[in-house]
Amino acid sequence: MAKSLGPVKRKFSPWTDPNAVPFIRFENITKRFGDFVAVDNLTLDIYEREFFSLLGPSGCGKTTLMRMLAGFEEPTEGRILLQGQDISGVPPYRRPTNMMFQSYALFPHMSVEKNIAFGLEQDNMPKGEINARVQEMLKLVKLEQFAKRKPNQLSGGQRQRVALARSLAKRPKVLLLDEPLGALDKKLREETQFELMDLQQTLGMTFLIVTHDQEEAMTVSDRIAVMDKGIIMQVATPAEIYEAPNSRYVADFIGDINIIEGTIADTTSALGAPGTVKIESDGLSIAVDQGSQAVKGDQVAFAIRPEKVRISQDAPADPSVNSFYGEVWDIGYLGDFSLFIVRSKDGRFMRAAQANVSRLVDRPITFEDMVWLTWPRDAGLVLTR
Amino acid sequence: MRSPRFDATVLTLGFAFLYIPIIILIVYSFNASRLVTVWGGFSLHWYSAMWSNQGLMDAAWVTARVGVLSATLGTILGTLAALALTRFARFPGRMAFSGMIYAPLVMPEVITGLSLLLLFVAMGVDRGFWTVTIAHTTFTMCYVAIVVQSRLLTFDRSLEEAALDLGCPPVKTFFKITLPLIFPAVIAGWMLAFTLSLDDLVIASFNTGPGATTLPIKIYSQVRLGVTPEINAICTILIGLVTIGVIAASLTTKRTEIKRVRDEHLAARGATT
Repeated sequence: MAKSLGPVKRKFSPWTDPNAVPFIRFENITKRFGDFVAVDNLTLDIYEREFFSLLGPSGCGKTTLMRMLAGFEEPTEGRILLQGQDISGVPPYRRPTNMMFQSYALFPHMSVEKNIAFGLEQDNMPKGEINARVQEMLKLVKLEQFAKRKPNQLSGGQRQRVALARSLAKRPKVLLLDEPLGALDKKLREETQFELMDLQQTLGMTFLIVTHDQEEAMTVSDRIAVMDKGIIMQVATPAEIYEAPNSRYVADFIGDINIIEGTIADTTSALGAPGTVKIESDGLSIAVDQGSQAVKGDQVAFAIRPEKVRISQDAPADPSVNSFYGEVWDIGYLGDFSLFIVRSKDGRFMRAAQANVSRLVDRPITFEDMVWLTWPRDAGLVLTR
Repeated sequence: MRSPRFDATVLTLGFAFLYIPIIILIVYSFNASRLVTVWGGFSLHWYSAMWSNQGLMDAAWVTARVGVLSATLGTILGTLAALALTRFARFPGRMAFSGMIYAPLVMPEVITGLSLLLLFVAMGVDRGFWTVTIAHTTFTMCYVAIVVQSRLLTFDRSLEEAALDLGCPPVKTFFKITLPLIFPAVIAGWMLAFTLSLDDLVIASFNTGPGATTLPIKIYSQVRLGVTPEINAICTILIGLVTIGVIAASLTTKRTEIKRVRDEHLAARGATT
């Protein structure tokens, strides 16, 4: 039986269907500001009802990409298709997208209900319908009793809800969220992430979110595009991004990882098992079961997540298993996990994380203990980029 | 050595230097004597004399009209200039334009007045009410531009983007979102422009004509013939108007501040409910 990467959140994967028509298509988009290239010949498809994240460090072009979809910036080259229609040159006030701004951008001189009604009034909707829709939105974000308040009479979390209600009120085809939860504290942020997911499922809208918070992207998204310097490094589901990153950049950007640079010493034929390679790295030899295009002599990186490395004070029973022997150099206690940083005789470091599954431990590993780190052949990856 | 006594002395001297001339002017406006510097008992005589002085009243009326009109025109033009300077970050000649808007501030008034006079003469325009109004619009406009520009620099542009995003076209966005939010600065600019127009002598005297004598010109020409206590009376009224304006402005500011603090409390309580 084929194994899957991580939990399956929902049966929704139009990107695997070759006949599926993308809802939004960025086609060879380049955006320059003077000499600075913010987005560099980027192509990306987003499907209807998808919750899609643009993830990357600040200055990677993710916000520019979103602003081009909203119509605040025009691409220097390339075109943007929405449901097959080229929307280049369509001003923002005629686009079927709505945006929730990072600063919320609530109109300070209008009450909460006026803020929510603003977009509906622009469409000349009858008064009665506007009122009904505003009430519906207030109920959705649980702010019914705050309708008459001005934005500066609300707390940060409430403002965020008003901003969300306002951007949803017109039932846009695509909702754009620019770092929507950045200003909230951690607890509230987590709650809101789940609420956003529920909302997106209930309303059946396409959500595009820009964030630099990888946990947020992992939690809410169907797919994530990891961006760097105006290009997309990888587009995949959260589990694929985490368990099968395609490059050192993505592996390092998402979560914690050990990266060991080395050379391919041997490939399949010599080792017997199909898809297995052997990496040599200054006296450390690692066998990996990963279908990789690398050939003998290639410079590659071996990458493995700390939680997939086992730590023990006993030598492994099977001497052929991948192992790393060293001294406990540092311990980070995170509550749910403990992170061990182990240093080998030749000064190389490796990290191992252990879930603290029981409250009481017989023989805890401590500083300066000599330990064995071991991992199976399919726990790590070969990265060529 | 600094001591409380020293501080108090310095403060008193400073304020005395600023306000004693004004106090003397106010006191002598209630003087019964015809001689400006000799106290002859309390009287409101000069206030009634002022009312019946047709020339002075005409000049006051001209000044008020010029002030309101030029302040309004200057505010509209100045606000537009401020918008252009803050919004269109890159357009050909931006540097020159922003330098040019500040130039009239540092330009000697004599030069501004003279150059406008030459322009009106060259164009063959008869000097009078409208030339003074245009001249005042020209020089008050840059003050307004600076006041409004400083407000626009801290204006969150995402508010306008949000309005556009919600389907509101740009011009409507300006009137529904931008203008209401920068309105205090626009009003402040208008008041500044009005005050500047009210007290301008140099530019007005270059560009005025028959039948358009403003109050400063009138006062100046009367003083040359000898100061009558009527002048003191009208100046006292002007001081009174300015004082009321300043007090009103500071009360409004104070009320806004109190409201802001109350709103913050409300927000803090709202967070827990």
